[in-house]
Amino acid sequence: MQGQAGALDHRNVGASLPGRPRSLSSQQRSSTFVKGVLFLCVLFSVCTTVTIIAVLLKESFAFFMMDEVSFREYATGTKWTPLLGAQKQFGVWPLITGTLLVTVVAAAVALPLGVITAMFLSEYAPRRVRAVLKPILEVLAGVPTVVYGFFALMVITPSLQWLFNGTGPGAQYIDTFNALSAGIAVGIMCLPIVCSLSEDAMQAVPRSLREGAYALGGTRFDVSVKVVFPAALSGIMSSYLLAIARAVGETMIVALAAGASAKMAWNPGSEVQTMTGYIVQIYLGDTDSLGVEYYSTYAIAATLFIMTLLITWTGYAISRRFRQVYE
Amino acid sequence: MIPELGSIRSPQRRRLVDRIFMLFCMLVTSLSIIALGVLLVSITIQGIEHLDLDFVKNPPSRKAEKAGVFASLWGTVWICIVCALSALPIGVGTAIYLEEFAKDGRIRRFIDLNISNLAGVPSIVYGIIGLTVFARMFGLFGTINEPAIEIGDPYSFWYFRLPFGGAVLVGGLVLMLVVLPIVIVSAREALRAVPSSLREAALAAGATRWQMVRRITLPAALPGIMTGSILAISRAIGEAAPLLVVSGVLFIRFAPENLMDQFTAMPLQIYNWAGRPQEEFHAVAATGIMVLLAILLLFNTIAIIIRQVFHKPLQ
Repeated sequence: MQGQAGALDHRNVGASLPGRPRSLSSQQRSSTFVKGVLFLCVLFSVCTTVTIIAVLLKESFAFFMMDEVSFREYATGTKWTPLLGAQKQFGVWPLITGTLLVTVVAAAVALPLGVITAMFLSEYAPRRVRAVLKPILEVLAGVPTVVYGFFALMVITPSLQWLFNGTGPGAQYIDTFNALSAGIAVGIMCLPIVCSLSEDAMQAVPRSLREGAYALGGTRFDVSVKVVFPAALSGIMSSYLLAIARAVGETMIVALAAGASAKMAWNPGSEVQTMTGYIVQIYLGDTDSLGVEYYSTYAIAATLFIMTLLITWTGYAISRRFRQVYE
Repeated sequence: MIPELGSIRSPQRRRLVDRIFMLFCMLVTSLSIIALGVLLVSITIQGIEHLDLDFVKNPPSRKAEKAGVFASLWGTVWICIVCALSALPIGVGTAIYLEEFAKDGRIRRFIDLNISNLAGVPSIVYGIIGLTVFARMFGLFGTINEPAIEIGDPYSFWYFRLPFGGAVLVGGLVLMLVVLPIVIVSAREALRAVPSSLREAALAAGATRWQMVRRITLPAALPGIMTGSILAISRAIGEAAPLLVVSGVLFIRFAPENLMDQFTAMPLQIYNWAGRPQEEFHAVAATGIMVLLAILLLFNTIAIIIRQVFHKPLQ
C-alpha cells in the first residue's frame, strides 16, 4: 500500500492522501460499495442472534411435542432421568438447583474477593504494585477454563476432602465430584472479571469527590468505603451480574469437577449436575442418535440462554438506571 | 451528594481502622496471586515428568508414557486459522461500520444491544447452534455419513462436502461465533481511540469516508485492533465446550488433512486426559496444560509487544 508508513504517522496525513487521481463520482461509488459490504458484516451478528433464537425455539418445541415429555413436567418436575430407559423423566429443577449451587459458591468467592482486590488496586496500591498486580490478574483471566477444571479436580477437591473429611471441622462428607470444589474454581475464574470491571467503575468516580472527602478529614478507609464504593456501586453491581452470568454458563469446570448426578441437593459437598454439565454428558455419548435426550439439550440450552440473557439485561439496566453522572 | 462520614471518632482510632483495612485489602489481593501460584506450581509438579520434545511429536496413545499432543496441537492450529480468517474480517468490518459509517440512532443502539447480548451467550450454546447450523445444516443435505454434496475424495486436501459434519471447518466457525463479540468490542475501542481531529482533517481535505478509514483511521487503530484480535484468538485457543458439542471427544492420531477432516484440539485432549480414572493420565493432562499455557503466554507476549512498540499517543 502506497504511503503506509506515512499514514501511520499522522503528521504526514496530507502526503498520504491522494493516490492515483480518480473521478469524484467513482470514489464516492467505491465508498458506498464498501459501506454496503461492511453493513453485511453488521448484519451477520444480527443474523447470529436471530438464528440462535430460531434454532432454540424450533428444536425445544420439537422436544416438548414428544410423547415422553410435557412442558408442565419440564417446568415443575423435580426428577431428571433422561437416560433411564423406560422411566425417563424430564423435570428441569435438579439441573437448575445444581447450577445455582455452583453459582452461589462461585459468587461467594468471586464477589467479595473481586471487589476488595479492586478497591486495593484503585485506592491503596502504589503505581509499582499496580503494575505487577494487573498483569497477574490478566493472566488469571486468560487461563482456559479446562485448566481450572483440572485444578479443581486435582487440587481443590483433595484439599477440601483433607480439610472436611474424618476429623476435620464440620466432619462432613465431600464427594470426589462436588459442587463446592467446582464452585470455588468458577469463582477464581470469575474473580478477574469482577475485579477489572469494579476497578473501572471506581476509577470513573471523579477525583473531586475523593478530594472533598479528604478535605473533610477522611482517612483512606473513609474515602474508599464510604465515598468511592457507594459512588461506584452501580458499576460494581453490573460487574457482579456479568460474572454471575459467566458462572451460570461455565461448562468445562463443572463437567470435570461437579459430577453427573442430577438430583436436588443443597449440600455443596455433594455431587450435582448443572445444565451445562448435562449437555456435555449427552454430546460425549453418541451424538448421531437423534433421540429424546438429544432434543432435550435444546430445551436446556434455551433455558440457559434465557437465564443468562435475563442476568445480563438486569446488569445493564442497573448500570443505566443507577449510574450517577457527576459534573 | 455528600456522603456521611460516620460518627466522629478519635483520629488515632480512625487511623488504626484505616491501617487494618489496608492490611485486609492486601491480604485479600494476595489471595489471587496465591491462587495463580498454586495453580501453576501444582500443574508444573504433575506435568514436568512428561514434558519433552516427544510429547509434542507423539499422537495420543492408550499408554500414558507414549501419549502426546501432536494431533490436538495441529487440530488447534487449523481451528485457529479458520477462526481468525472468519472472525477478524467480519468483526473488524462490523466495528468500522459502527464507528465510522453508522449515524447515531436507533439502528446503532439496537446493534450495540445485540452485540452485548451475543457476548453474554454461554459458549456451549454457540456449540449447539454450530452443530445444528454448520455440522448438520438442519438435516437439509442428508446425514454426515451420506452427504448430499461431495467434491473430491476424502483424502484429498480440497475435499468438500455438505453438510460439514464434525469437521475442522465447523470447529473454527463455532469459535468464530464465540470470539466475534470480543473482536468487535476491542476493534471498536481501538477505532474510538483515534482522535476525531484526524478524521476531520481527512474529510476536509476531500477524502470520502472509505478513503479516510483506509488511509487514516485504520492504520492509526491497527496496533489496537491487532492486540485485541490476538487476545480474542487466544481465548479461542482455550475454548473447549463448543468444540466438544460439535465433534465430541475423539481418539485421533493424525493432523487434519483437509477442512472436512475430523479433529481434536488441545483443550479437548486435556479434558479427555483429566477425566480419565487412571492417575498416569492426569500427569499427561498436566503436561498438556503446560504446553497450552506456553502457547497462550506466547500469544499474550506478542500482543503486549505490539501494544508497546506501535502504540503512539495521537493526541
